[in-house]
Amino acid sequence: MATILPGGRAASAPLVGHGTEPTMFEMSAPGRTAFQLRTTGVPATPLSDLVPSAHLNPDVVPIAEVSERDLVGHFTRLSHRQFSVDLGMYPLGSCTMKYNPKFCDAVAADPGFNSVHPGAPASLTQGWLELLAQVEERLCAVTGMSAATLQPAAGAAGELTGLLLMRAYHSDNGNARTRILIPDSAHGTNPASVTLGGYQVTTIPSNDRGLVDLDKLKAALGPDVAGIMLTNPNTLGLFEEEITEIAAAVHDVGGLLYYDGANLNAILGVVRPGDMGFDIVHMNLHKTFATPHGGGGPGAGPVAVSSRLVDFLPGPRATRLADGTFDWVTPSKSIGRVHGWHGNALVLARALAYINVHGGDGLTRVAQHAVLNANWLRQRLAATLPAAYDRVCMHECVLTATPLKTKYGVRGLDVAKALLEEGFHSPTVYFPLIVEEALMFEPTETESLQTLEALAQAVERIAQRAMDDPESLHHAPQTTPVSRVDEARAARHLIPTEDAANR
Amino acid sequence: MADYLPHTPAEVDAMLGFLGMDSFEQLFAHIPPAVRLSQGLDLPDGLSEPDVAADLVRLTSANRAQTGLMTCFAGGGVYDHEVPAVVKQLAGRSEFVTAYTPYQPEVAQGVLQAIFEYQTLVSRLSGLPIPNASLYDGATAMVEGLNMATGATGRNKMVISAGVHPHWRSVAATFARGTGHEIVVVPLKDGVTDWDSVDATGAAAIVAAYPNYLGVLEDMTAAKLLAVANGALFILGTDPVAAGVLKTAGQWGADVFVGEGQPFGTPLAFGGPFLGLFACTQDQVRRLPGRIVGETVDSNDRRSFVTTLRAREQDIRREKATSNVCTNQTLMAVTAAIQLGWLGTQGLREVATRCAQGAHYLFDQLVGIDGVTAVSTQPFFREFAVHVGQDASIVLSEMAVHGVLGGLSVRSLCGNSDPSVAGALDDVILVTVTERRTKDEIDHYVDVLRKVVR
Repeated sequence: MATILPGGRAASAPLVGHGTEPTMFEMSAPGRTAFQLRTTGVPATPLSDLVPSAHLNPDVVPIAEVSERDLVGHFTRLSHRQFSVDLGMYPLGSCTMKYNPKFCDAVAADPGFNSVHPGAPASLTQGWLELLAQVEERLCAVTGMSAATLQPAAGAAGELTGLLLMRAYHSDNGNARTRILIPDSAHGTNPASVTLGGYQVTTIPSNDRGLVDLDKLKAALGPDVAGIMLTNPNTLGLFEEEITEIAAAVHDVGGLLYYDGANLNAILGVVRPGDMGFDIVHMNLHKTFATPHGGGGPGAGPVAVSSRLVDFLPGPRATRLADGTFDWVTPSKSIGRVHGWHGNALVLARALAYINVHGGDGLTRVAQHAVLNANWLRQRLAATLPAAYDRVCMHECVLTATPLKTKYGVRGLDVAKALLEEGFHSPTVYFPLIVEEALMFEPTETESLQTLEALAQAVERIAQRAMDDPESLHHAPQTTPVSRVDEARAARHLIPTEDAANR
Repeated sequence: MADYLPHTPAEVDAMLGFLGMDSFEQLFAHIPPAVRLSQGLDLPDGLSEPDVAADLVRLTSANRAQTGLMTCFAGGGVYDHEVPAVVKQLAGRSEFVTAYTPYQPEVAQGVLQAIFEYQTLVSRLSGLPIPNASLYDGATAMVEGLNMATGATGRNKMVISAGVHPHWRSVAATFARGTGHEIVVVPLKDGVTDWDSVDATGAAAIVAAYPNYLGVLEDMTAAKLLAVANGALFILGTDPVAAGVLKTAGQWGADVFVGEGQPFGTPLAFGGPFLGLFACTQDQVRRLPGRIVGETVDSNDRRSFVTTLRAREQDIRREKATSNVCTNQTLMAVTAAIQLGWLGTQGLREVATRCAQGAHYLFDQLVGIDGVTAVSTQPFFREFAVHVGQDASIVLSEMAVHGVLGGLSVRSLCGNSDPSVAGALDDVILVTVTERRTKDEIDHYVDVLRKVVR
């Protein structure tokens, strides 16, 4: 392979013009409508005859008054002001913005799934119960665990659920504990969840290899430790090589190991959390199993557990009975519900479709190619943005803009913003917190070599600009729908609604 | 052998070669062999998309309760409303569907502005000035409200009406295991919260639902007074469609509004993904859970939107954050903004009114059937509970044979007893009517129930 022809970057925004888009409210005209409802024949009794006047709002709540055509124009134009995976590469480290197969969307849109009421009797929803039971079985196979709850609506909800399971387990053993250990490289949701779980955080420093410092971990352990929360590979994209020693040390003091599954995509078919000694695992289905992220959700954060924690799982769970039918069963010592119904069911259906298309062999190829892409990119960019820890990484690599900052005063944020002009979404910036000028790239397995090359060339052009005209980078991006926004002003003078803007 | 990988074998070899490797195995050589999976995953082999689709047909046909096969009179916070093609298409645009959280506002104005418009609508429907960008669902939104109350008062006692949906109460009890909240459930008497029956001294929050989960419209003055008397926050969960015509949470004096936003353009979806609605007073803005979008300008002075007040959030405050929420339900919030745009000022009122008209039309006929009696004599809005004199599950199964999903069994929501219904509740069904139900469908319901309970 002599030359790689670069390709695969976004090249059309803004499509037309540089103006801003009015809000739906600004587009409204009194009396204009778009809605159409069924002709029902139900007697049109005046509302005031049905509801006592004390309950009726004397004012009309203004919504919007637009035509269907204007509604379509407005939201289509807004969509043109939005980057997305379908448009181009989205190498946000830790977020796993891989391609979302359209087939999975079609499954979720099937009325046989999406028009079913969650409170309908189990006898009328057997297809859904079987689907949920199958999702649970598949996730347990992937993680090496015994059973799972599908209720948590996102990763952070899964974390808190896992911590409540820990708490219930220790209480059941008559052994209340108070502390949870968390590495300093952890996602911010981990410590926030620990507080809501009623525990205190003890932070464990990383060593000079970017891994948990085993000696410091051992020094922090004691009979008051309920458990440890680990991401493996960690948020530096590095595998915790001493995981068996960590697991043994935590288990020795009676603690449990919690696996933050944010990076599970790196190890599919390679190693399972259960085999590493983890007791509780949450998964972000919108990452590993490619369900679309929706601009900030919905996700799904199922939690799988080892056999000793199964009885504490949230309920009810869709369960296969001896006669082959399915019913809702609540575990004997269940901590209770963590969601109003059964979790983000349509997200679970998408994930099942993704898993069944791939199968065990396909999921393994996902991990292999994700890790290959990340390492290729790390090596390809080594001369421009060196890796914070220069060795084989997993599915993502944390690079640093420190050389550009030292030489030209160009920061990681400037590089990230300039990449937007180049037709790529930015990497994750300034995370993990322990790396100076961090730029965390996660290319994912679905990006081609040509797209990776195009990204690398874009980074090189930015580095050249840093040398030639560093000032211009402080003002990037200029070709995007808006330029750098005044975040301080937004916080200082909060305008969260149209009405606050007009006040 | 299906996947979505672009790599050719030659490219894989070249990429490995660039790294000085000749096999995938070398990429994983640093993982201790003792924990490696030697046999591969214990999962079936991959199938093509059409093969998977063929298998899923077996499951969809086993879902007899789907609305195309059965007329839906089930509610309980989840309603079968009209969602037109235009809303499905706009909300399904891949720019909205396949975006991530708007961390780079320069290329995320689409989602950010849509959330800003959503926040404006939540604020108007709640009558409160500070909305957020969404939470997971109604139940978890209420729990965030409880956590806010603890932050505001330094107290842990939560006084919650039994009129709050039983699943919401159950979720609150689960999370109380971690937060240490003491939950006091206030029973209903004739469908109305009996606030006098509990001691609210030292409460952090007084929590009620409007209409309550049995559909009853309670006067919220007593709840508000109780909150004021005890220095507690007043948290009110409202039906967002009813909010198109009823007094808003703000008009009842609520400090916090929570709600289930599913009725705004999201399908029944077997319970998710749904939409947690949340808004509060100005006093509580620093304790707001989750994300909030604010208006600002860009460096060229153009109106722009950005997530703001970020200093409250988990990625910055870590263990001191006001909430652990990160991923929320943005796509459902965008969908709600589109659906409300389609309904407009008149349409939302029309939908709310038709729901009430249909529910009352059905109720009046049902209580004329021998053996069917109302659980409450109080006014209701779009949903009501009736005793049917026989086991509710059996009645619903028999109605299903006639193509009617006749409602929800209250026992299936609550368990064998609950402070919301005095005495036995195994014969209670919760019935709702939306604007999609025709007079013929409602009349059919009456005929079927009459036969079934005879």
